[in-house]
Amino acid sequence: MTTLSAEERTAIQDSVRRLLADQSSESQVRQTMETETGFDAGLWGQLCEMGIAGLLIDEAHGGSGAGPLELELVMEEAGAALLCSPLLASSVVAAALVKALGDAGAESRLLPDIASGKRIATAALTGPAGTWTEDGVAVTATPEGALTGEASYVLHGQNAHVLLVAAGPEEAIDIYEVDARAEGVTIEALPTFDHTLRMAKVTFKGAKGRRINANRPAWDAVRETLDLALVALAGEQAGGGKKVLEFTVDYAKNRVQFGRAIGSFQAVKHMASDLLLESESAISAARNAARALAEGAADAPAQISLAAFACKDAYSQITATAIQMHGGIAFTWAHPAHLYLRRARSAAQLFGTAAYYRERYIQQLGG
Amino acid sequence: MSDDALHDEARAFLAAHWKGPLKTPDEAKAWLAKVVENRFAVLRWPEEWMGRGLKDPQARVIEREFAAVGAPGTGQDRSNLWANTLLACGTQGLKEKLVLPLLRNEVGMCLLYSEPGAGSDLAGIRTRADLEGDHYVVNGQKVWTSSAATADYGMLIARTNWDVPKHRGISFFFCPMKQPGVEVRPLRQITNESHFNEVFLTNAIVPAENLLGELGEGWGVLQTALAYERSVMGEGARGPRSGVAESKDEEPLIALARETGALADPLIRQEIARVLAYKKVNAMNTARAKADLAQGTSSPVMSLGKLAMSRILHEEAKLRTMILAAGSMLEGPKHPRAEDANFLTLNAYFTSIGGGTDQIQRNIIGERVLGLPKEPEVDRDIPFRQVKAGI
Repeated sequence: MTTLSAEERTAIQDSVRRLLADQSSESQVRQTMETETGFDAGLWGQLCEMGIAGLLIDEAHGGSGAGPLELELVMEEAGAALLCSPLLASSVVAAALVKALGDAGAESRLLPDIASGKRIATAALTGPAGTWTEDGVAVTATPEGALTGEASYVLHGQNAHVLLVAAGPEEAIDIYEVDARAEGVTIEALPTFDHTLRMAKVTFKGAKGRRINANRPAWDAVRETLDLALVALAGEQAGGGKKVLEFTVDYAKNRVQFGRAIGSFQAVKHMASDLLLESESAISAARNAARALAEGAADAPAQISLAAFACKDAYSQITATAIQMHGGIAFTWAHPAHLYLRRARSAAQLFGTAAYYRERYIQQLGG
Repeated sequence: MSDDALHDEARAFLAAHWKGPLKTPDEAKAWLAKVVENRFAVLRWPEEWMGRGLKDPQARVIEREFAAVGAPGTGQDRSNLWANTLLACGTQGLKEKLVLPLLRNEVGMCLLYSEPGAGSDLAGIRTRADLEGDHYVVNGQKVWTSSAATADYGMLIARTNWDVPKHRGISFFFCPMKQPGVEVRPLRQITNESHFNEVFLTNAIVPAENLLGELGEGWGVLQTALAYERSVMGEGARGPRSGVAESKDEEPLIALARETGALADPLIRQEIARVLAYKKVNAMNTARAKADLAQGTSSPVMSLGKLAMSRILHEEAKLRTMILAAGSMLEGPKHPRAEDANFLTLNAYFTSIGGGTDQIQRNIIGERVLGLPKEPEVDRDIPFRQVKAGI
């Protein structure tokens, strides 16, 4: 899938890290998260120019032609910097879905604009149930392609130009390309607990969709897309967890109580050591899943399930414990710990719960 | 000597002498003697001690040849705790007496470090060694000693100066074990096994030349020895002991739950996935640490292995108990699954306490990996005589 060398991969990661250090600092994130769109168009433009928005898209369609390994590393940086952007929605989920469906026409129509950032695409794959499973789809299509129903938790739906909508009946789900401004489409921003994230509810009332000609059952393509999205999310969680641990340990070294740095107290030190195990394990799991997927390993879906629940749980635990380790300062809005906790709690539910992936994992092991 | 010549010599030696797996202790000893005599045992050591003074990459060439045919005996310049410690710190007389026999595995050894009153705080030992003429007289009690009953010598730390702070009054000895002043009593463990012993030292005699390093500098010698020990331990934990086979076709935890019918329980399924993930991720961590090491960068993951293993063992034992439910109240050969679950429950403490408790391990990770400050130590800079002794 990928032909990049380890050096090229590190170079991509380094350039993203430098860009985000410059343009996605905590104060910039706080500014951006208060805006309506929830992302900085200037920064997004630069990510597009650098080829990050087209990371997964073939060079023939204006992308970088990279794969899961590069994606995972970029997402580690995005997670560490709490990047606010349509990267996951458009460049990962939507782009991967178009590729997985295998409709050459749709690829030429959509992928170049996703890579260049000319249009933002997003996938509407689940209804109000929020399960990201076939039975969670709450939109139906007529044979003529008129869509009716509701999609929810649509990433950056309010910023999207084009929607890729999963529509039933349940036993024969297809993906429809829908113009976000088409008649019969209502996009309503959802108030999100993670303020660095944008989500929308999209209601369809006889909206006109163009069915994408999948060369396979469309839900298989969705499942493959979600697996790639989970690798990206695991990278984001691993990178975020590492960053939170770093600033928490720094604080424990410098905060003095009872005449000592609080990190010298075993009650605090032991929490830090346990979080290091969580953080390093999340990194291992995320990178392992990316490698399995990049190599096309037979057990890649199982490795992805494992990374999905391991990273969801690890990021939640790291961000929650970090607040306790800081004490009162992290109970304030001004401290960044809660921004990460919000991201972790949201990421823990996105694309399915940890419990869902534990169950999928034991099934994949034959249990 | 060129790499090729070394290569050829090792191959020729193995072709001439290696006749496949060693079946008896006598065969094993004879083989080791041959490896030592032909200078293959300790390739990085100086020639004076049957080494070749090779650099690491050259030594590896030969060690790979041995490994390829499964022949033991080489690589002892890294794996032989006893011989390395002695060569690094021993007196000329003791080295001449024991280094080569140690390489030939002709000398039984044991460790006399921990005491009932000095567990996590090893530098708090109270076994004493007093110089009387040409020998030391040793009095005290040691614990957690494997192989004490068969050992010829024990590597002993004892206090020789009570008027300096605790780390500075300790000396390191090779203590002869087969003498009237040494009494070995097996220790019965919670698993009902006896792998360890208590060792009582009552006016035990240690010749002065058996002192390693300078008097009062035994703590430094101990660090050398512990470094060798850690590099060979490698964290192998024991599995079930009932001997009743578990499935080879699928994960034993899944097979066990299938066997008892618990596999249909959604809560058990969640727990199985969670515990299996701990195991898999630990293996990934280890693989990543090794890859980092191969690239010349050190990884924080390495130091996490023991803590991770301890969690895995306790959690797996707890889950096996959950799966067996009431069945776990039984034991004995007619109830092998319960026997396994109960043994694993108890033996998990071998890892979470032995070789440094989880709590000490968290201190070490916090201080050495994360760089957090040390806890103030009230006994660090005062004469040991004044240090509070408890139970």
